[in-house]
Amino acid sequence: MATLAEALKALDREDRIDALISVAERFVNEPTHPEEARVPGCESEAFVWSEPAPNGKMTLHFAVENPQGISAMALAALLKEVTAGASIQSIAAIPEGVVVELFGDELSMGKTMGLTGMVKMVAGEAKKRL
Amino acid sequence: MSTDIAARGYAHPEALVSTDWVAEHINDPDVRIVESNEDPLLYPSGHIPGAVEVDWTRDLNDQLRRDYLDRVAFEKLMGRIGATPNTTIIFYGDRNNWWAAYAFWVFQLFGHTNAKIMDGGRIKWEKEGRELTREVPAYAPTTYSAPERDDRTNRAFRDNVTQQLDRSNPLVDVRSPQEFTGERLHMPDFPNEGALRGGHIPTAKNVPWGMAIDQDDATFKSADDLRKIYEGSAGLSPEKEVIAYCRIGERSSHTWFVLKYLLGYPNVRNYDGSWTEWGNLVGAPIEK
Repeated sequence: MATLAEALKALDREDRIDALISVAERFVNEPTHPEEARVPGCESEAFVWSEPAPNGKMTLHFAVENPQGISAMALAALLKEVTAGASIQSIAAIPEGVVVELFGDELSMGKTMGLTGMVKMVAGEAKKRL
Repeated sequence: MSTDIAARGYAHPEALVSTDWVAEHINDPDVRIVESNEDPLLYPSGHIPGAVEVDWTRDLNDQLRRDYLDRVAFEKLMGRIGATPNTTIIFYGDRNNWWAAYAFWVFQLFGHTNAKIMDGGRIKWEKEGRELTREVPAYAPTTYSAPERDDRTNRAFRDNVTQQLDRSNPLVDVRSPQEFTGERLHMPDFPNEGALRGGHIPTAKNVPWGMAIDQDDATFKSADDLRKIYEGSAGLSPEKEVIAYCRIGERSSHTWFVLKYLLGYPNVRNYDGSWTEWGNLVGAPIEK
């Protein structure tokens, strides 16, 4: 995640936005989700939940119900890709500050709160399995 | 579900246009369509053909002080989007036109009254399956002459809020009930949008901004329904001066639009200092 954030930070604003839109286009919504998986404070109606995977790992699932939640979709796709096959310890260690590193500092507080909530949920799901 | 704009009983129905109207005027040289969003990825990912983007942080805010752009910067912005004083500006955006209303309000500080909001915003356009494009249009730059920014007619400062309290005139707090009661304050890492104290300005009525929107199709509710909300429940009245506020003045610009244009309140202002100023003021009265 840190490497990805560094790579995005190196881009200018336009290229970073294009890169994030491309990531969002890879997002695959998982429409069947438990209500308790709702990300608190995320106005894009995002959901994060997990299940155990072989070799002591875990699989994360994501849903974004707001069709205009493109930043939420980009973050969900990134988190899905970065956590696939990763150790539970490394998922639990994903820092909240990664949102600003990925998206820059132009986001509104509300938007940042929602996206940070998603990162917290991901780390929280991992911590439950440590 | 929405009815025709003209049938909804608004004081100034001309302040709104439908998605049909916009579709018919995409190539109208006298019309400039402007998208303003909270999410910076939305416009580049696809927008109404011919629409330009006006970004609330980069275009509308002063980049140094906490204030809005000045006359020179506004003239430059209008020149960049190829607008003249006669151009009809149509605003639309995400979040039920929250940011579109904010941009509309800033444009009114410079007297560009030839402006309207697309009813239903971006979500309605999308749900209707209308065309979106990634092509960013290039318009021939114009020379736009604007008056100095008028901070008295539609904008309120903290001294105006204090006077409002002294005169027992109404305040409408359009934040969420959790913010109104002080249960939710701000994000710890965002002191620039946060406040040291939670609660609301004394006597303010809480009417969350989104109550003005029909949840089925994101259009504005009818004038009768809006009166029930703002005059019935909240006790506002067009006879009194009203000041609306939220956290930084964006959500309250949406309510300002509703009260001024849809219900025809003659004296309504937006306190853009809002809770991030009031909740940090030493000695300012607060209720929870």
